[in-house]
Amino acid sequence: MGQLNLKQKLWSAGLIVLFFVLWELFCLASGMSDLVLPRPSQVMETMIRRFPVLWPHILQTLSTTMIGFVLGVALGVLLGAVIGVSKVAYDTAYPLLIGFSSIPKVAVVPIFVLWFGSGSVPAVLTALSICFFPIVVNIATGLATTEPELEDVLKALGASKFDILWNVGLPRTMPFFFASLKVAVSYAFVGAVLSETVASNRGIGNVMMTASSNFDVPLVFAGLFILAFLGVVLYLAFSLIEGRITGWATRKNDLVAT
Amino acid sequence: MNRMHVKQLAPPPLDHAGQSGPIAVELSDASVTFGRGDRAVPALSTTSLRIADGDFLALVGPSGCGKSTILRLVGGLVRPSTGVVVVGGREVAAKALRIGMAFQNPTMLPWMTIEQNVLLPLKIVEPFRSEFRQKRRNAFRDKAHALLDQVGLGGFGPRYPWQLSGGMLQRANLYRALIHEPRLLLLDEPFGALDQFTREELWSTLQTLWVTHRPTVLLVTHDLREAGFLANRICVMSARPGRVIDDSSVPFQRPRTIQMTFEADFVALNQRLRDLIVNARSAGTPEGGHGPA
Ligand SMILES: Nc1ncnc2c1ncn2[C@@H]1O[C@H](COP(=O)(O)OP(=O)(O)OP(=O)(O)O)[C@@H](O)[C@H]1O
Ligand SMILES: [Mg+2]
Repeated sequence: MGQLNLKQKLWSAGLIVLFFVLWELFCLASGMSDLVLPRPSQVMETMIRRFPVLWPHILQTLSTTMIGFVLGVALGVLLGAVIGVSKVAYDTAYPLLIGFSSIPKVAVVPIFVLWFGSGSVPAVLTALSICFFPIVVNIATGLATTEPELEDVLKALGASKFDILWNVGLPRTMPFFFASLKVAVSYAFVGAVLSETVASNRGIGNVMMTASSNFDVPLVFAGLFILAFLGVVLYLAFSLIEGRITGWATRKNDLVAT
Repeated sequence: MNRMHVKQLAPPPLDHAGQSGPIAVELSDASVTFGRGDRAVPALSTTSLRIADGDFLALVGPSGCGKSTILRLVGGLVRPSTGVVVVGGREVAAKALRIGMAFQNPTMLPWMTIEQNVLLPLKIVEPFRSEFRQKRRNAFRDKAHALLDQVGLGGFGPRYPWQLSGGMLQRANLYRALIHEPRLLLLDEPFGALDQFTREELWSTLQTLWVTHRPTVLLVTHDLREAGFLANRICVMSARPGRVIDDSSVPFQRPRTIQMTFEADFVALNQRLRDLIVNARSAGTPEGGHGPA
């Protein structure tokens, strides 16, 4: 199992390197202008050279993402718990949630701007509104899918609703919850950047917008690289936490794969 | 698989009633209908049934006749549509009863070890619950160790459910239902998914437990040998919506052995029950059998 994993990781890393090498070679061979597609080496150079200028924007994007994420998780857990525990709430609230989640979030940014002006607030709110949905769905599903037979066993023992929630519902929901966290953090990130792009004077999204209107193409790509990097880091961080905390949910598969 | 050695116990006095109030169960004209209007499904027609303190009753009958429904009535998990269900002298209110229940599906919690799973009822039922909080877990753990040894799960306490075979899980399931020494035990085909030999082993375990603690037991089963081996009384139900059509007592002396199930008296009893069920099946509407398929 471990062996297989390492091999897989090496292949993935190799593929990424190959992608950049081909890109570099393609640009060199075709004499492509760096106003259209800069070489990865140029992008890296720009990124390092401009790093002192970029850093505050990175922090801005990260902080709006995380604030939106934390608020989104809090709201999502609360709503998910209510919906998951009560069958009535589950049936009544679901259509509304589905409706809400299918609105393209870029469409709500102008509304947030209208209400709160441009800047950090709409970014946080956009991040929140995108990321809370997967949390709600996963918490609600986790809570609503307790095995009925087990519930019967516990009820016959005299367990209260709270006992069942505490001993069975919550632990069962943990894998769903942590799986949704890593999705939600990526969503929050997308939301924050989206809002910065449209309506802010700070953040990586804004840097890219400004650079684009100045035809500073290497800087646009530098922003893109930073976003990709941050997105991956956030996702990985939460996958790692997930693996640590809810190992029981995957351990079975590990055993099978050995 | 560990071979089980059940201690042979002296047969207890059958009229023994001095335990801290075992529970008598009484269904009076109870019926259950699920849903209403056009969608109404009559699951149990008007049924009266009494189980004496510390008795062991097996319920057999065609599939879908309402056996599980009776069990759930007694456990306070469904309300009777008509009639009353009295358990331990009052109308069913699960809270005070600490009923032990086990189903065919072991429903172990995957994030807990077998030991933690088996101890779960103690986290819920008083007075253990308070004791559990007062950091007396270690005492319970020792108790659990001893009990797991007894049922042939010694050494498996710290394992997780997916590391155990189906038979072992079913043992743990049975034991979880017994850990808090319930006065009423409700078993719904608990050995249904097991191979013949494991099943017979668990029959002996259950018999020993019953003889030792004398809880009131209501066992739903499809296995007539199982009913005859374990029960004091066997009730046969008609097809859906079911009612009790036969009530026989099982005279064989305890402790019963597997060998006894092949003797003439026992086989005759089985045959009679079998005929009753076959007739009930053909008399009632076959399940879902209206019109062409
Ligand atoms: N929650 C429910 N809602 C609607 N109908 C139900 C419900 N539970 C049971 N029934 C119906 O009631 C009837 C009796 O069900 P029950 O589970 O008691 O049968 P059973 O005797 O235990 O059958 P089996 O031997 O197959 O387990 C069945 O026809 C079933 O379809
Ligand atoms: Mg059943």
